Amino acid sequence: MEFREQRLENGLEIIAECNPNAYSTALGFFVRAGSRDETDEIAGVSHFLEHMAFKGTPKRSAADVNRELDEMGSSSNAHTSEERTVYHAIVLPDFQDRAVELLSDIMRPSLRHEDFEMEKQVIIEEISMYEDQPPFNAPEKCMAVYFGSHSLSRSILGTVESVGAMTPEQMRTYFQQRYSPSNIMLVATGNVDFDRLVEVAGEHCGGWEQFDATRETLRAEPRTAFEVIHKETAAQQYVIQISAGPAAAEDDRYAARLLATILGDGSGSRMYWELVDPGLAEYAVMEPYEFQGTGIFFTYLCCAPEDTADNLQRIHDIYRTAERDGITEEELTRAKNKIRAHVVLGSERSSARLFPVGVGWLQRRRYQTVRDILDSYAAVTMDDVTAILKKYPPTISSSLAIGPLKKLDAPS
Amino acid sequence: MPQTIFSHRYENGLALVAEPMDWLESAAFSFLVPGGCSRDPADMIGVANFTCEMVQRGCGSRDSRQYVEDLENLGASHGASVNSVNANFGGAVPAENLYDVLSIHSDMLRRPHLPEDQLEDARQVCFQEIRGVEDDLAQRLMLELRRRQYPDPVGRSAYGTYDSVGKIKSQHISQYFEDVYRPDETILAIAGKIDWPKLKDYVGSLLCDWQTNPLQPLESSVAVRGRHHIHHDSNQTHIGVAFTSVPYGHPDYFQARGAVGVLSGGMSSRLFMEVRENRGLCYTVYASDHSLRDQACIVCYAGTTTERAQETLDVLVAELKRLADGITEDELNRLKVQVRSALIMEQESSRSRASSIAADWYFLERVRTLDELNKIVNDLTVDSINTYLANNPPGDFCIVTLGEKELETPSGVS
Repeated sequence: MEFREQRLENGLEIIAECNPNAYSTALGFFVRAGSRDETDEIAGVSHFLEHMAFKGTPKRSAADVNRELDEMGSSSNAHTSEERTVYHAIVLPDFQDRAVELLSDIMRPSLRHEDFEMEKQVIIEEISMYEDQPPFNAPEKCMAVYFGSHSLSRSILGTVESVGAMTPEQMRTYFQQRYSPSNIMLVATGNVDFDRLVEVAGEHCGGWEQFDATRETLRAEPRTAFEVIHKETAAQQYVIQISAGPAAAEDDRYAARLLATILGDGSGSRMYWELVDPGLAEYAVMEPYEFQGTGIFFTYLCCAPEDTADNLQRIHDIYRTAERDGITEEELTRAKNKIRAHVVLGSERSSARLFPVGVGWLQRRRYQTVRDILDSYAAVTMDDVTAILKKYPPTISSSLAIGPLKKLDAPS
Repeated sequence: MPQTIFSHRYENGLALVAEPMDWLESAAFSFLVPGGCSRDPADMIGVANFTCEMVQRGCGSRDSRQYVEDLENLGASHGASVNSVNANFGGAVPAENLYDVLSIHSDMLRRPHLPEDQLEDARQVCFQEIRGVEDDLAQRLMLELRRRQYPDPVGRSAYGTYDSVGKIKSQHISQYFEDVYRPDETILAIAGKIDWPKLKDYVGSLLCDWQTNPLQPLESSVAVRGRHHIHHDSNQTHIGVAFTSVPYGHPDYFQARGAVGVLSGGMSSRLFMEVRENRGLCYTVYASDHSLRDQACIVCYAGTTTERAQETLDVLVAELKRLADGITEDELNRLKVQVRSALIMEQESSRSRASSIAADWYFLERVRTLDELNKIVNDLTVDSINTYLANNPPGDFCIVTLGEKELETPSGVS
């Protein structure tokens, strides 16, 4: 396993974790463009642009792009989050050059008017789909409540209105601001021929013009609120809570993840035994989430409407007890064992390394081997976890409930 | 692709099938036990799922909490699920802990406590699942589609209803467990870093004295099929279409599988192009094959806003019917590369291989090697698939929709 990095003259960074024994090659363009870079007027443009990348370039139609991706037998996709858009493909090593050329090409899409209007319909369908699907966009709605005027309060998909009114010109302007080569990384993991990767990327991306692309990454000022959205057709009640946590570049994020595993993992955690094992909730989970400059803990609860208030109180009590009494050595050891196995098993496929390597570099400009990650978890002490509970008390949060209940009281 | 598959059948009928993958640090396992919901009494659907929940609440020397904590300390990611024919207990673990995890699972399959004082907790877990499916409209639709496409009991959903799960008593769970958790139709598949002779002996020491009784044959009814609408005030209308196909063990299976690949095997596949890309009708559209031992079907799904649902259903059905006119050389070539890539990449994952060899053994009582599969796929021709499609044109569609408005049945569909 070897880490390599290089930067083209126009600022495009190329990084790779090369494993000559892997069966596949995973490739991805990671763009620092997401909902936090948008304004109200163009809400959803990053995600819409991700769709448009597949709709054709000056030398390829949309059908050509789709067909060629399939001809390489690739498993390819793209996604957009609050702070990045990623285009990726997993191919057999033989197809590395061709995949790099194709992905490079779609990073300079034509944004043709007729494709734009057609794809708008697909996005509107996607928005409708998530509105129908549990937990009915509750995490995003809760982020809007928690983050207030901070850039992370923005919806990734935008709204039917914002997407409906968007023009190709607005998208073009946004593209020029965010898709500067200095704002993009080409990441590869698995069986990678790095020298060839740099050569082919230079050939196809070396001519991209560079622009200024900055991002504000202030720490958020957490807001506490408790909101209820009535949805009569739902069977279950869904509640999302957000509290403060470490940011992506902060080393206490390992302690934060161990804490979340102890309090709110899907199995074997305090919340599991108190709420899920007795069948009081379908799920009750705590999870950290890191961004540039700020971080949060999500708490997800799904249960019968009539049990919601009691369950929220149970979660509040679990958090309060942890803040007061901390955790036990035994819990910390078990959480470390669990995460250790999870990291090792989760890294077996070379494609599964693409995101940890890419996101790590994008957020921190730092490469970590699987061993580095394991060591970081192993080094966490009881005091580190206690410090997290003090610095980021989970009882101080914003909540959003959606489901059959019209009214719901906050826990005391 | 050099590959070795080992298998052994113990005297009590238990099948062990294993694939060494020495380049990995993990081992993945899958226990397929004949504890599916087809064996639920007709008035008590949900017993299989309830039993699956109960067996995980303590076994051997471990109580419910110790069971979970020991598995976690061993780094086992584990899960259980129930379909119409099997209960599946599987997971992956750092290779050095495989034997300990198998030993815990052996206790679970043979010496579960089925603790009476946890019966109500487990029942509540089952109720949570029932409510969860009510909110997951796409899943609810697909469960109804399968229930109508297949005859009862193999078409039924494992969750049951509030009413049926509410009736289940402790003795029903014990009886179900006694009847169907048995070695002779159980398959244990393991892939990863393993030593076959040691593994065979170890599994034998855990399970070879597991005794069995005769299992009653299942009686089957006739499939309902036809057209059905579920009213729900949702933004999208969810559309499910199913039609009969050939099961995994059938000589024509890969002809049918090739046709499904052309429909839905990638971004240039027909459904993706015609329904989503060229018309912008939906975000999600797919077709996939579903196989039991003796019957099978192709299921298709599309989710779209109400006003465009009729056009979506019409285009979807038209594409299914157009399949009978045949596929092209380009389509087949793309499909072959995709299958070849997927087969090679499976070797990076012990979990993928464990579930593949478990499924192969269940359907065929042998495992097709990657080379054999590669050859089968290479031997597919446009002619062979088109002959199959001409003789078995998609038709007799079972259509289920869920949404605000009922849709018109497309022309040419009875």
